[in-house]
Amino acid sequence: MGKTLFQKVWERHVVRELADGSTLLYIDRHLVHEVTSPQAFEGLRLSGRKIRRPELTFSTMDHNVPTTEDRMDIKDPVSRAQVEALSQNCEDYGVTLFKIGDRRQGIVHMIGPELGLTLPGMTIVCGDSHTSTHGAFGALAFGIGTSEVEHVLVTQTLNQRKPRTYKVEFTGTPGPRIFSKDFVLKLIGTIGTAGGTGHVFEYCGEAVSALSMEARMSICNMSIEAGARAGMIAPDETTYAYIAAENRPYAPKGDQLDRAIAYWKTLPSDDDAAYDRTLTIDTSRIAPQVTWGNNPGMVIDIDQPIPEPDSLAGYSRADVENALAYMGLAPGTFLTDVPVDVVFIGSCTNARIEDLRLVAEILKGRKKADHVQLLIVPGSQQVREQAEAEGLPEIFKAAGGEWRYAGCSMCLGMNPDQLRPQQRCASTSNRNFEGRQGKGGRTHLVSPQMAAAAAVAGKFFDIRKWPET
Amino acid sequence: MESFSTHTGIVATLNRSNVDTDQIIPKQFLKSIQRTGYGPNAFFDWRYTDDGKPNTDFELNDPRFAGRSILATRNNFGCGSSREHAVWALVQDGYRVIIAPWKEVNGERVPGFADIFRSNATKNGLLTVELSEEEIEQIFSAVASNLGQVATVDLPSQKITFQEPNALVFGFDIDKGSKERLLEGLDDIALTLQYEEDITRFETSYDPYIPVES
Repeated sequence: MGKTLFQKVWERHVVRELADGSTLLYIDRHLVHEVTSPQAFEGLRLSGRKIRRPELTFSTMDHNVPTTEDRMDIKDPVSRAQVEALSQNCEDYGVTLFKIGDRRQGIVHMIGPELGLTLPGMTIVCGDSHTSTHGAFGALAFGIGTSEVEHVLVTQTLNQRKPRTYKVEFTGTPGPRIFSKDFVLKLIGTIGTAGGTGHVFEYCGEAVSALSMEARMSICNMSIEAGARAGMIAPDETTYAYIAAENRPYAPKGDQLDRAIAYWKTLPSDDDAAYDRTLTIDTSRIAPQVTWGNNPGMVIDIDQPIPEPDSLAGYSRADVENALAYMGLAPGTFLTDVPVDVVFIGSCTNARIEDLRLVAEILKGRKKADHVQLLIVPGSQQVREQAEAEGLPEIFKAAGGEWRYAGCSMCLGMNPDQLRPQQRCASTSNRNFEGRQGKGGRTHLVSPQMAAAAAVAGKFFDIRKWPET
Repeated sequence: MESFSTHTGIVATLNRSNVDTDQIIPKQFLKSIQRTGYGPNAFFDWRYTDDGKPNTDFELNDPRFAGRSILATRNNFGCGSSREHAVWALVQDGYRVIIAPWKEVNGERVPGFADIFRSNATKNGLLTVELSEEEIEQIFSAVASNLGQVATVDLPSQKITFQEPNALVFGFDIDKGSKERLLEGLDDIALTLQYEEDITRFETSYDPYIPVES
């Protein structure tokens, strides 16, 4: 019997099998941000323990950082204290930190791949559920709690129960302006927000092979929204080309890279490997996706009406009624008739250079609707620089958009970028949970081009009908 | 960590599925660098009105649930963000046990709790119990007919016993590792440090880029 990509990476990292049936797993990369780490560092201080491998631990500031010109001056004293605590902790314990103002600063899941920290076959953890993003490189990457952050700091290992495997095959060729964001929203809508719990996804099929690394990351990023702690894609020539690019200071080079690639080529799942579950989705049948409710599984095609409360499989009537009441929507409504107040382009899901190029393609020579606030937030400072080199900010600004500095921004309101109560937002982020973007805010998750089109139209727009320029 | 063996307390119900950790502890409270102080802010957006008063429409604010320590809820509790603050908030708000149903979808068993939440809970002495949807319905009915219903959760025998007038008994499964950790209140890090030699041996022969020589 052959092995899956997941099994190969897992087995390579087994330090010891434990008597209770769990496994002590070695961790190659530990990424740290300011929100979920302070209590872990405090634990080190209280116990007098040290970081075992500080050189495998990398840190950045993202959740709390303002994205405006004056971002260095964090006005919220609680946010500032958290960011300062991270600086102090990294200094005290010898951890590399990319702080606000550093060219390499950005959302933790953006900078790992950019800097060449994220590589195939690795185990990567971070106190953040969207760590699944890094699985796009064929790494086993998953989010952990703060107690586990402390455990990794001290031991460079984690005690884990082996998850089950779930093969998700995307076949066919998607239609025009259908993106990987639509693939993953379709998946979540199909299996629900708990459909992948206890599993690691492996995304495969010709529609995945055809994707860029950026687009693959968007899919893996949202694995957790279907309940799976990790999602992986086998490394291939696209992966190696991304890693071999310039400006990846931590990636192997030269002979070391050649030897690494030889190893990475052994990682893809064997032809006769068996999975615990499998699902096939034909991407030629995927329409632009848009969420209407309070979790990413409450999603429809843009040309479908909002469902009736008692017609939705997997949800109680009360669940749907609660969601509709919060969202201020009635069953039977088409979202193409619903105005938006804010368009947010950003987050670890869709704030890479390719996303910004796609947005620029829609916004070029056009203006946003007057009543819409359009926020465009690069996921990292490197993406910001690249976009500037390509002249994208001029397009965004001419369209009436606000061009910001890197951070988590309005994906979650831990910084000044927040929705006001009842504001409706077309967002390229990953979670439409109640209050996530600001108390009372109403989030609809869409692809970057759907978001950009909503900014121009002033309401949701079926991107398949967008005029070609 | 605090151990868990047997607990007797009032059972409250929260009739929502997919309760995410953003609801359990909203983002603004994640700015704290402390491990304490989260309890009064559990379920903040549902629990309080905009002027900061208790929201009487929120089911957990029912005065007859005062002092509750066991929460029965619906499927996929604790989904979303990995924030351990959600577990800290529940524990500091007095919860010792959360009960949620697994459910069957297309012949597959979907767990009642999200993976990361469950892992975080076990590390903080908060017991997560999965029952069937039918059993959860029985609990919701029992609590609806008798607000202030008391139950005893016994981890060694893996049983929940509801007191009169709704005398019900439910058995539950739990994996061996989680059970041992909860019963003994073990420090995970201290446990792992027993294997420090194994970790060192692993590191000696390991290069993450290069295949292991066979």
